[in-house]
Amino acid sequence: MRLTSQDRRMLEGDYGEGAAIAMQVLVGIGEAFDAPHLVDVSRTHVALSNQDGDRWFAEKLADAGAVSRVPPTVNPGFNVAYFKSRYDLDQQAAEEMRRTHDAYRRLGARLTYNCTPYLELNIPRQGEIVAFSESSATPYVNSVWGARSNRESAQSALCSAITGRTPLYGLLLDENRAGQVVVDVRGQLVDEFDYHLLGWYVAKRIGSHVPVFTGIPRDVSPESLMNLGAELNTAGACPMYHIVGVTPEAPTLDAALGGKPAIDRILVTEDDLRSQREELSEPSGRIEFAMLGCPHLTLAQLSKIAATIKGRHFAVEFFVLTSFATREQARRMGLLDQVERAGGQVVADTCPDQPCWRHLMGKRGVTDSLKCSYYTRRRAQSYVLRSVQDCVEAAIRGEA
Amino acid sequence: MARQEIQLRCRRVVHGRASGELLVSGDDICFYLVNPDDGVVIDKGHDLEGHSVAGKVLVFPNGKGSSVVQLDGLYQLGAKGNLPAAMVVGTLDTVLVACAVILEIPTVTGVDLAAFNDVEDGMVVTVDADRGLIVSEG
Repeated sequence: MRLTSQDRRMLEGDYGEGAAIAMQVLVGIGEAFDAPHLVDVSRTHVALSNQDGDRWFAEKLADAGAVSRVPPTVNPGFNVAYFKSRYDLDQQAAEEMRRTHDAYRRLGARLTYNCTPYLELNIPRQGEIVAFSESSATPYVNSVWGARSNRESAQSALCSAITGRTPLYGLLLDENRAGQVVVDVRGQLVDEFDYHLLGWYVAKRIGSHVPVFTGIPRDVSPESLMNLGAELNTAGACPMYHIVGVTPEAPTLDAALGGKPAIDRILVTEDDLRSQREELSEPSGRIEFAMLGCPHLTLAQLSKIAATIKGRHFAVEFFVLTSFATREQARRMGLLDQVERAGGQVVADTCPDQPCWRHLMGKRGVTDSLKCSYYTRRRAQSYVLRSVQDCVEAAIRGEA
Repeated sequence: MARQEIQLRCRRVVHGRASGELLVSGDDICFYLVNPDDGVVIDKGHDLEGHSVAGKVLVFPNGKGSSVVQLDGLYQLGAKGNLPAAMVVGTLDTVLVACAVILEIPTVTGVDLAAFNDVEDGMVVTVDADRGLIVSEG
């Protein structure tokens, strides 16, 4: 791989040991993928996870003096102060989150602790070359915004944040962005929950090909697109999709396919989505909590919840996970009050797959997110899968 | 019975040279679903379920899993000294490559994995990523 003199100086340690480690990782990835050279990135997002491996690598870079040239927004761990004040938070868990926070702060990251930066905090424009990890974020910036990111790992994105560079390969190149499989959606997609189901179902059917959707309405909501990408890239490795007439690289079916014939075509019906839900959901019945916000809920979703619950009360614990920015807006608008008066909690900076949820172990909840249900299995949480509105009703009744 | 021998050309992904018993999988691997204490695969229905990857030359088609869990899985294996000695991978993905680079696991690609179909697990091979060679020992 060809390196500029600045790349080479960084690799050799002229910019400090931390930058050298980051550059070594990117050069290794570039050589593995036969990239001709590195290119600049204008934005980065790191899927901070607060797991041991994540913390180890962030501390290793920070201890070696690395500082971000393109400061990344970061995914949530959990809100230590919030859980300390309300639950019996494990001392060790609190200490580990504190160390993760400290490491990313030393790296100069933007401590947004939010998994939907593409909606409010870190939005690229079409054609920008970026390094975005996080399963819902990579497809959104590629597909909806038309920016260019590979399916980064948290660590490769962090290395790009530190060096400001990424190898030129994969989805940064025109020829790899074209759609390959046509997905014809027949039937009505009622709300954003159906896009959770659609994403999961399609990922299982098409493997790692780039799908081109037809039959999705032009006024599809940002929340629906967020859910679609999250599930496509969780159930499968699918960091890019097209929707004819909606996404910027798909004005027509032919354009989305890059002028080539599709290698396959699949149909999706309402029945397929219903059976996908039945396959993954716990059976109907009593629930002990509701978990919404994987990915983090938007202000529009939170407003709808607040309007639904006016004067009513939840029978079980009700959690909405969202960004600090959305929570603050909701507070100013009085929405936070409404949710709290109903006995619900709106929690910022927090992911469902974190050790702060120890009190939910062995419990059965309701969620709209297949991703949430999938990743929390190892925390012994189980879920009935319903739309956001049905989750709200279920939490009021105590039964889904 | 004639002793099996293999000598294959491959392409370097992460430099280094390591030897170990071959362990061949036809399924993609998520290292989060491997027990760090003994390296045993616990992914339900995986063709290596119940087998340990520790110290092995691990041959598999591709990685799988989100952008964060793969590193944590491999990191935990490393902390317990149970990483594979080397990896021979069919198709590369960014997440797996980044992990292999960061944890310095000798890794190669560019081999037709069908070459391993008739090879018995347990055969000892050396992977020399820098010279682009996989050779049986003895």
